[in-house]
Amino acid sequence: MMRFLLLFSRQGKLRLQKWFTPIPEREKKKIIREMTSLVLARQPRSCNFLHWKDLKIIYKRYASLYFCLAIENQENELLALEVIHRYVELLDKYFGNVCELDIIFNFEKAYFILDEFLMGGEIQETSKQIVNRCIESSDMLQEDDSSEWYEVELFG
Amino acid sequence: MPTVSKGDGMRGLAVFISDIRNCKSKEAEVKRINKELANIRSKFKGDKALDGYSKKKYVCKLLFIFLLGHDIDFGHMEAVNLLSSNKYTEKQIGYLFISVLVNSNSDLIRLINNGIKNDLLSRNPTFMNLALHCIANVGSREMAEAFAFEIPSILVAGDTMDSVKQSAALCLLRLNRTSPDLVPMGEWTARVVHLLNDQHLGVVTAATSLITTLAQKSPDDFKTSISLAVARLSRIVTSASIDLQDYTYYFVAAPWLSVKLLRLLQCYPPPEDAALRSRLTECLETILNKAQEPPKSKKVQHSNAKNAVLFEAISLIIHHDSEPTLLVRACNQLGQFLQHRETNLRYLALESMCTLASSEFSHEAVKTHIETVINALKTERDVSVRQRAVDLLYAMCDRSNAKQIVAEMLSYLETADYSIREEIVLKVAILAEKYAVDYTWYVDTVLNLIRVAGDYVSEEVWYRVIQIVINRDDVQGYAAKTVFEALQAPACHENLVKVGGYILGEFGNLIAGDSRSSPLVQFNLLHSKFHLCSVPTRALLLSAYIKFINLFPEVKATIQDVLRSDSQLRNADVELQQRAVEYLKLSCIASTDILATVLEEMPPFPERESSILAKLKRKKGPGKLPDIDENRRNVNGSTEHSENTDTTNKCSPSLLEDLLPTDRPRPSSSSPVILAARTMASTHPFTDVLNLNSTPSTGPNLLVDVFSDSSSPASVDVSEDNFSRFVCKNNGVIYENQLLQIGLKSEYRQNLGRIYVFFGNKTSTQFLSFSSFVTSSDILKSQLNVHTKTVDPIIEGGAQVQQILNIECVSDFIDAPVLSIQFRYGGALQNIAVKLPVMLNKFFQPTEMTSQDFFQRWKQLGAPQQEVQKIFKAKHPMDTDVAKAKILGFGVALLEGVDPNPANFVGAGVIHTKSTQVGCLLRLEPNDQAQMFRLTLRTSRESVSQRLCELLSEQF
Repeated sequence: MMRFLLLFSRQGKLRLQKWFTPIPEREKKKIIREMTSLVLARQPRSCNFLHWKDLKIIYKRYASLYFCLAIENQENELLALEVIHRYVELLDKYFGNVCELDIIFNFEKAYFILDEFLMGGEIQETSKQIVNRCIESSDMLQEDDSSEWYEVELFG
Repeated sequence: MPTVSKGDGMRGLAVFISDIRNCKSKEAEVKRINKELANIRSKFKGDKALDGYSKKKYVCKLLFIFLLGHDIDFGHMEAVNLLSSNKYTEKQIGYLFISVLVNSNSDLIRLINNGIKNDLLSRNPTFMNLALHCIANVGSREMAEAFAFEIPSILVAGDTMDSVKQSAALCLLRLNRTSPDLVPMGEWTARVVHLLNDQHLGVVTAATSLITTLAQKSPDDFKTSISLAVARLSRIVTSASIDLQDYTYYFVAAPWLSVKLLRLLQCYPPPEDAALRSRLTECLETILNKAQEPPKSKKVQHSNAKNAVLFEAISLIIHHDSEPTLLVRACNQLGQFLQHRETNLRYLALESMCTLASSEFSHEAVKTHIETVINALKTERDVSVRQRAVDLLYAMCDRSNAKQIVAEMLSYLETADYSIREEIVLKVAILAEKYAVDYTWYVDTVLNLIRVAGDYVSEEVWYRVIQIVINRDDVQGYAAKTVFEALQAPACHENLVKVGGYILGEFGNLIAGDSRSSPLVQFNLLHSKFHLCSVPTRALLLSAYIKFINLFPEVKATIQDVLRSDSQLRNADVELQQRAVEYLKLSCIASTDILATVLEEMPPFPERESSILAKLKRKKGPGKLPDIDENRRNVNGSTEHSENTDTTNKCSPSLLEDLLPTDRPRPSSSSPVILAARTMASTHPFTDVLNLNSTPSTGPNLLVDVFSDSSSPASVDVSEDNFSRFVCKNNGVIYENQLLQIGLKSEYRQNLGRIYVFFGNKTSTQFLSFSSFVTSSDILKSQLNVHTKTVDPIIEGGAQVQQILNIECVSDFIDAPVLSIQFRYGGALQNIAVKLPVMLNKFFQPTEMTSQDFFQRWKQLGAPQQEVQKIFKAKHPMDTDVAKAKILGFGVALLEGVDPNPANFVGAGVIHTKSTQVGCLLRLEPNDQAQMFRLTLRTSRESVSQRLCELLSEQF
């Protein structure tokens, strides 16, 4: 199974974190630190795989963002790379030419899309069409309830 | 404001995020966040009920703040309220907040479970999916308890929507991983297997994941899945890619499902049914054939997906290890990848080949790639690829290529990355030993290791070379000559001095005939290094010197002069000083015969698992080290001495024997040297030539835990359930939960004690980062010394490991030390603390005495503060034999015929502490009618009387 997925920028800023097993917050912060320093230190054109403790780390850079996926030892590395790629495609389809800012400002959407794609550390649905249809239909659902759309924002 | 958010943008959220991004400093950010938190708090507390949208927005802001790394201590209730909203987006945010922020032991679980329950019953597929996701994300026991029965029925119900089936399958999988005991197998299991036939490939993919995990645990229950999986796989690999529509990924047919099916098949041996078997072989051949076809796309996604399936197929072929043609084809395919321009493929090919190398069918085929692999070692730019090359060389090594491989690894070592040097050293040492035809090559290799990478040569490595030299008399002369020559170098590594000192001390006589290496020359050579060395090495050299005195009487005077010098006799280090004093004295007073007996050549070491191999296993973690020992026997045609002695269940050596130093290669206990030392009834270091245990090793984890406040031992409840059961006994189970069992075996002698702690992993999963150490209150620290040896950080499923605690009682004490255990199980950190049953009475030595003596002493101890008496009700049935056994177990001698009333018990013993000994007399008078006891204790110390009375009175 997959253990966690982290998205961080070239500056090491975390943009998304998804943990598939319960881990104490403290430990999470430690892992995030370790992953960013480990992955950012890699030379270009190195292979995309690393051994780390009893896990395999699969990482790939898309524009300014690093996607870093930890999988258990017996899992397939190449397919993990394609899990990352499929997620990028899903984000791209939803946001249209996705960029880091989309993920920052719509982080909750990035989580929802991920949840349609993966669950409990396993692939839930690999079909791009089906996942996109799910996301779109939930957007449709929310457009029905736009009654409070124009609430005055005093404090932002 | 930047990017317009899609769907229902929460404008306030976007403004807030943009504010945070504009903060110039960390302080400004914290300030902005605090302002926002105050705002949200006031909104939540305000009188006006918030509408759903506002609630959603604020909960989402809190989530954002949390994800930035700040603590959030409110808003949970509002998030839970969102669950009962009818609006999808509000519900969705509520669930997201809970998935990210709620940990498994939250008080809110019941309320959350209520929300989930409603959504599961709603029959609205989107709501059901949200609820199932939440269960999978949180995965706590309470949730498993609440829903583990319902989810299987959702999964197999005929009218469940496909997307809900997928979620239900994976949710069930998650619960099975976290709380397997709560997920009941039942009639649904058979129906789950049939999901492999489902029309919807998404359902099949999710179901295959679930079935694979279940099949790993109980393969027999899921055997029927084999034929279904083969059929499905066959349909995929032979399909035209168009057939599978959106499940075709860059022209590869359903790669995820294919890989999952191949993984499922790896839970089983090759199918027995011939037709099925040949159908599977066809599939595997088709996959191998496709690798040779020209790519249908230039995109890397195409080649990754295609090769992912290929590698998984190769894993299955290796797992079956039964079709020689497939194995050789797999090997050739990997051989092509070894030279591929994609680094990823070269890396994976090296890795896969490691496992192929251990199959007897493909070992030879792997060996043909040796030049490519050696080339990879030299030319790969990426260290992780080079490391895989080292692993593969290690795995493909056998007698025929050992010299070449060892030479290549040695030369790579000179420039290797620091991070992998130690591992390479271990591997070279193991290979050199394992495939040594003549041991001169072995000795040369290890000395080379020390020369090239001395700092990375661990104790295990140089201990081993000494063990081997001592056990093989054909190599001793060569070893002596070689170390002598190596020591000539102006600068040599301290490890070489250690090996040199030991070997010349034992076998220097074998080269003493040559005037260029006469005894005096040898001694001067060793002694010229003395001052540059650390204390343990100097201690070893001193032992070598005393051995010289025995071997070469002609240098006796010279060596005595050295020992006599102030820098030795008055050395600030107590160990060195003691050795100098004792060796000098020994050389002066002992007769030649005694000297010859005491300093006799070391007897052969008992053969056991190479400690280097054990170390490498520890370093690499289990399962990652290709087993060069077992699998390949038939190919090499040789069975070297078996090294797999089971060390975990080795019976514990007796206490006396272990009072002698242990952290060193130890000769068999029947050796005359040990006997000689035993008769001297002390821990004199005559035999302890290596004496490296002078500084007891404290667990490496201890420091870490002192400084990190995460999960500090104090926060864990100390279990003392079984503590009192150990007052009168020394062995048994002290602690047990669902994961771990802790057993103890203890021995005490005078003021010393030793506890063997056995940690048994009751699960089938590894415990990782396992550590166990002992903590004591400040008062207790001054009263009781406890030394802990470290344990392996990994405990395999079903395995047991042992930890040894050495205990010294300094003075009488009341508290008990606490054993703190930490490990990771399935990602979750486990903390356990157990009160160790080390009580004052453990340091009793029973004393037999006559009736007269007893009463005389009883009177002597007549002062009021020396006596403690307690009258108490019997908690257990009053039985004479049981009572006797308990008193004996308590540690005193039971004195017969002392008390005029034969129903009473009288006992005597002495408590041994380092500072003093405390005599103790006790009398226990049962009153059967009243079901009462009267216990009287008299000792010379009030605190001792008190404590012993407390301990013993609880036992009846």
